[in-house]
Amino acid sequence: MDFVQNVPFFSIMISMFSGTISSILPEKPAKWLNTAVISVVGAMSAWLLWYLVQTGTGSFVFMMGHFPAPWGNEIRAGVLEAGMALFFSIVMLFSMWGGRKKLFDEVEYSKHNIYYILTNLLLSSLLALVYTNDLFTAYVFVEINTISACGLIMIRQNGRTIEAAVRYMIMSLLGSGLLLMGICMLYDLTGHLLMSNIKESVVHIMKTGTYRIPMIITIGLITVGLAIKSALFPFHAWLPDAYGYSTVSSAAMLSSLVSKGYIFLLIKIFYRVIGFDLICGSHIINVLFLFGLCGMIFGSLSAIWEKDIRRMIAFSSVAQIGYIYMGFGLGTEAGMIASIFHILAHAATKSLLFISAIGLTDVSAGSRSFFDLTGSAYRNKIAGVGFTVGSLSMVGIPVFAGFVSKLLFAKAGIINPGWKMFPTLIVLAISTILNAIYFLKTVVRIYTPEKKSTEKEKGFFVLQWKQQKLYCVTIVLFIILNMVLGMTSQPIIRLIETGLHNFS
Amino acid sequence: MSKPISEEEYKKRLTARIKGWITGEKDPYLGNMELQAGKEPAMDEEKRRSHQKDHEKVLDRVYDRKKNKMYRFFLHFYKITAVACCIAMVTILLAAVSYLPPVGNSRNPGNNEVAEKYIEDGLQDTGAVNIVTGMILDYRAFDTFGESNVLFIATCTVLILMRNDKKKGKGSAEEEEKRDSYYEPKSDTILQKIAFVLVPIIMIFGIYVVLNGHLSPGGGFSGGAIMGAGLILYLNAFGFEKTERFFTEKTYKCISFCALSFYCLAKSYSFYTGAHHLESGIPLGTPGAIISSGLILPLNICVGLVVACTMYAFFAMFRKGGF
Repeated sequence: MDFVQNVPFFSIMISMFSGTISSILPEKPAKWLNTAVISVVGAMSAWLLWYLVQTGTGSFVFMMGHFPAPWGNEIRAGVLEAGMALFFSIVMLFSMWGGRKKLFDEVEYSKHNIYYILTNLLLSSLLALVYTNDLFTAYVFVEINTISACGLIMIRQNGRTIEAAVRYMIMSLLGSGLLLMGICMLYDLTGHLLMSNIKESVVHIMKTGTYRIPMIITIGLITVGLAIKSALFPFHAWLPDAYGYSTVSSAAMLSSLVSKGYIFLLIKIFYRVIGFDLICGSHIINVLFLFGLCGMIFGSLSAIWEKDIRRMIAFSSVAQIGYIYMGFGLGTEAGMIASIFHILAHAATKSLLFISAIGLTDVSAGSRSFFDLTGSAYRNKIAGVGFTVGSLSMVGIPVFAGFVSKLLFAKAGIINPGWKMFPTLIVLAISTILNAIYFLKTVVRIYTPEKKSTEKEKGFFVLQWKQQKLYCVTIVLFIILNMVLGMTSQPIIRLIETGLHNFS
Repeated sequence: MSKPISEEEYKKRLTARIKGWITGEKDPYLGNMELQAGKEPAMDEEKRRSHQKDHEKVLDRVYDRKKNKMYRFFLHFYKITAVACCIAMVTILLAAVSYLPPVGNSRNPGNNEVAEKYIEDGLQDTGAVNIVTGMILDYRAFDTFGESNVLFIATCTVLILMRNDKKKGKGSAEEEEKRDSYYEPKSDTILQKIAFVLVPIIMIFGIYVVLNGHLSPGGGFSGGAIMGAGLILYLNAFGFEKTERFFTEKTYKCISFCALSFYCLAKSYSFYTGAHHLESGIPLGTPGAIISSGLILPLNICVGLVVACTMYAFFAMFRKGGF
């Protein structure tokens, strides 16, 4: 066993341990520890990815303890897992940097170290969700993920965030409950918690026909539970407040990482627990397809009606989550690859949008209203550029990440054998137009010059890049990440393909 | 033969005092215990009605209830859909239960080689007589580590919500506590006497449950909960001045940090050696002895400490916003 194969274990343990250590540290060391841990995890994941691609190992399992798999715990790493861990840590690092200065306005100084504890544990739970090979381990870390996300919402203490956190808590716990029920029933039917063993039993059950009905109900429970937690269309009521009023780093991380962690777990369950053929044969993906399409349209419509810029970006997330579930619903491998690529593209873009939106509102006297943002891109140039790039990417302009994922969705829709081709293409087109309406109208608005006298009257001011160096660097890095995803998409798609093949 | 005693002397006797207490002549609490009589919250009818009116006005303003058909439709739709969803969910789940394998059947899928190995080799592999402890702290220790982190992070979120960082002046933690417990009895004799007897017993029982986690039913989680309950009882009986002599926020931080770090380091060592097929070098000892079964005993103590501190911290946070 090569030493690099310890990476999954090390990265989970380091991030959990750093959470414990942060509890006794004052603010500054906790901040540095947080940055260091996220970078170390990112570097190690890159090393692991490089190793897996170089040697062509595919995947390997790592025994957590002295007892082999069905008895003890086990984690599993392959190309897709390593890539996801790398990507999550990069986005998390940039999101933390982007909101670092703003954090002093948003959170009481004495509670900053708790913020870093929550972030470290959030990272560990995301890593565990990515690497886990055991359903119960997944459930435990889903709990950590939920509680830390809740803390990240309400750490900015005002009435709005408390209400948003309560809403998030109720919906998220409903999702957790359904997931737990599903896992319990699955254990009752198969007698295993390890993913590969469950799959064998499931194939056996479906062949012999015993317990067929509870099996389908179980699949439904797990899917609906995770869909609620990742804000699929009819269950998205908690989302706009939670993303719109929390601190900027929290909003960026919640939209780009927390919901994506659950979606990745769902993909893993589809492939490694139930089997992709079985999922495609069931009607559950049709339901996901339908809700995905509805989400794409209604999310965008709500975003058009919204006057508050951050809530608008949050509603746009509903539409993008809809895209991902629509890709699942196509029931082909091409659709799945498109969905996974969209996870990456959306994570990179949405965090950029949230972080640049805060730059724009800051120079407009903190007002988030659409009309006060007139000309704000001239007052804070780098934020304006960031917002424009993010918008173009979301709309699907070539060179940026969003274009590639839309192309992949369209391709997957065309080669789909069944009736789903026309709905996919039509809704994709409508949704793109709606996206363009609300994003481009905002871009036009922020580049419309405002009269100097009005600016003075309302207390607006101009921020130079020297006053916000780290913020500028973050925006530039996000833009680069977006363009890398958009321009070197072929190798990334190939990696996703190999990763999915290793899953089964 | 009993000799007659004077009235005054009789009144000092125990029998007379008990008789007086029963007939209600004298209240032993009076003058001994500080107790403020709670006032009925004075809310006159007019004020309440005006509040109600304001509320109605706000609703009318926001939703335009008289003309807004959508609002009325939504109210009905919401109620009907909620009931329909619940009934559908209950029906589906009940139907699912009727299809599940029967309880207690030996040929259920749950009774497979996994459970068999836990029962047959558990003692030999882990050295723990209590198989459940062996499972959660040795076979599946990673899950349990995650679970204790759930407790840790739950305390962190309660800290965010409840901790009052104002040290002095209006709205500080002390003031809030005083206002909160204004009407509660202070130095309650009955509570104090009973706590005086019960707290040591509860603590010893909690420690017993934790230490014997690998031998008998119990372990860190249950024992820690018992110890936490003992601490809360002590706090309720004697107040914050007494508990702060030995348990402050610093103690809490120190204990939970040490316990979780030890847990993390010990288990990392064990996972690492396990994955690389190395000998861990930790002797299992003789099964049944108190010092046996390798790492399970120290880990149980860590979990117990974390759970006890968490329970106490929750209570103190809700009570005062600090320790």
